[in-house]
Amino acid sequence: MNAREEILGRVRLALADRPGSPEIDWEYGRPVSTGGLGLVERFAERVADYHAEVEMLDREDIGPAIAAALGDARHVVGDRTLRESWPSGAELEWLDASDLTSAELDQVDAVVTTATIGIANTGTIVLDHGRGQGRRAASLVPDVHVCLISADQIVSDVPEAVARIIELGAQTHPLTWISGPSATSDIELSRVEGVHGPRTLRVIVVR
Amino acid sequence: MSEGGAGMRIDHPHVGVTTAFLGMPTFQQAAKESLNDPVQRRNLAHATGVIREKRAAVVGELDNWEELRRAAEAIKNRALFSLDDYLMEFEERAAAAGATVHWARDAAEANRIVVDLARAKQAREVVKVKSMATQEIELNEALQAAGIDAWETDLAELIVQLGDDWPSHILVPAIHRNRSEVREIFLRQMKKVGRPAPEDLTDDPPRLAEAARLHLREKFLRADFAVSGANFAIAETGSLVVVESEGNGRMCLSLPKTLVSVVGIEKILPTWRDLEVMLQVLPRSSTGERENPYTSIWTGNAEGDGPQDVHIVLLDNGRTEVLADEVGRAALRCIRCSACLNVCPVYERAGGHAYGSVYPGPIGAVLTPQLRGTSSEVDQSLPYASSLCGACFDACPVRIDIPSLLVHLRTRVVDEHRGGVPRPEAVAMKAAGWMFADHRRYEVAERLATSGGKALRSPLFGRREVLRQLPPPLNAWSGARDVPVPPPESFRSWWKRTEGGRHEPRCAPHSSTETPSGQRTSSRSRSTEGE
Repeated sequence: MNAREEILGRVRLALADRPGSPEIDWEYGRPVSTGGLGLVERFAERVADYHAEVEMLDREDIGPAIAAALGDARHVVGDRTLRESWPSGAELEWLDASDLTSAELDQVDAVVTTATIGIANTGTIVLDHGRGQGRRAASLVPDVHVCLISADQIVSDVPEAVARIIELGAQTHPLTWISGPSATSDIELSRVEGVHGPRTLRVIVVR
Repeated sequence: MSEGGAGMRIDHPHVGVTTAFLGMPTFQQAAKESLNDPVQRRNLAHATGVIREKRAAVVGELDNWEELRRAAEAIKNRALFSLDDYLMEFEERAAAAGATVHWARDAAEANRIVVDLARAKQAREVVKVKSMATQEIELNEALQAAGIDAWETDLAELIVQLGDDWPSHILVPAIHRNRSEVREIFLRQMKKVGRPAPEDLTDDPPRLAEAARLHLREKFLRADFAVSGANFAIAETGSLVVVESEGNGRMCLSLPKTLVSVVGIEKILPTWRDLEVMLQVLPRSSTGERENPYTSIWTGNAEGDGPQDVHIVLLDNGRTEVLADEVGRAALRCIRCSACLNVCPVYERAGGHAYGSVYPGPIGAVLTPQLRGTSSEVDQSLPYASSLCGACFDACPVRIDIPSLLVHLRTRVVDEHRGGVPRPEAVAMKAAGWMFADHRRYEVAERLATSGGKALRSPLFGRREVLRQLPPPLNAWSGARDVPVPPPESFRSWWKRTEGGRHEPRCAPHSSTETPSGQRTSSRSRSTEGE
């Protein structure tokens, strides 16, 4: 008997007492908010709580804000969709991640992406790596990540985010949930921001 | 720098769930040793204290925490109770999305699958995401035996691997090491296996994390082959989920060409939307964060993004045996958050290594003997590695009633010894049963104890209040515990003498050691002294 048949056979034997399928007493997709702030303010507060930088701006201020967020960075990853939707006006050498190897990605200064969803309660941004976001490595290898998210992409809570992802049909896309910059607590449980992922995360909320 | 084949020398005991398991001292023996390690005890007390506070804060801000726990419990039960159907659904969906699904009956088979895949790709080295399943099957050792270097990339796993050590905590495997020990390990070992640690390295945690970043980056950029586990496997879509903090997981999951994920069959969730419960309870219980820095979810392979050759190894290795036990199967709900370790007074003092397994702490005490069987000394001792205080059950996000499981397993250990040579506990219990069965026998025993106690508390014996060692067969008990010296007067005779306290002065002039209440002041175990 092959391993598959044998394991499935063992599972069926183990469940010979036929335990019934339990009811799950949970209303899926129901938003639960924590804290007294409004949606966008709560998102900003929780993102900042992870020591990410966050600012809320009007549409016309975004270009200069991107340029400012990039600081001294000159080689910046951002795909065509991003560049066309959010012209920064700055003198930058833009690169498309799909043209770069991992080693080349390691040499760029920063990456700019959009996001799919923001979660207020947990200060999380969700990327589904579609247009405007680039492949997964693009928002990982560079040391600075600037992420643009519009206020109407922000939902209250994890259940609402999960419902929205399913609604968008994005649940089988590669997904990355990002809550603050890369961090570790592995040495004496003292939190250190910045290990392998971008050590600087700047989130710009477009009102 | 030569890195081929040599890898790290691994000479720690086999603490996985494999046939190579060679036996360890019992928990009680090992705990006694670790209690004498003040550095480790200080590290653990500090670390578990910090994480308990963090967890309490983020759990406290949710007013539906209990509702979430019940939902998480029900979701895992639903998956387990129809596991065959969900496994087949998972396999079908993952395969349709481009993954190759393998099945492994035990550790040896799983290791063989991974080694064969690595050989087929001519991989000389693999980068690894922290994974309990691959620790359990001792995959690194199997790869090493095949001449393939396996690099752990989680910071704590790196500390453990470079230190020729083994993990002592599920979430923070190097929790027993402090910053100066980590600095020494990095300075001594990094240069042997890759980019050396900076010479001016200090023991400042950000500097240590930076050293790991530099050391591992060349490995991430070079590696073609990665191995991961998974926190969840979703039947409905064939997706896998990895929850992490540092970004080492994202590196392994998105840079190499080939990705193999070793996934215990109990990791199944029925539907994608079940994540809305799990991704709330896991980070809060685990690192005490609202959400962990990075969660990666992937389904098969994605065109132009990440590994194109994607494999999943579904691992049994004893899980179906656990599933067959109607009580014991609750342990399969475990999502490896380690909240039970952080609240356990026994774990905090004994440390993770005493459990002789990659799964330490309360959940390890119920999971290891079930997965590994109860034939070895250490596995027989694990169900007793607890005071049954119940803090673990309260903290568990999937509501595993660990104290009840411990009692269930104690019964199993005792039953397995029936008919053979009686264990010392059995002899003592039998004697106790005989004594308690008749009140006259009990009174005689009590008088003997109090007169013995009086003598021991007298100046002649140095006014002892605690017995470190009892004579056989009672030394089976005192081996890992201190026993208070019996009080000079028992409660029963005090009650008789004072007619229930009516003839007792309100503020007793005598010291606590002269009344039955003295028991309270002397019953603190040695392990809590000096804290």
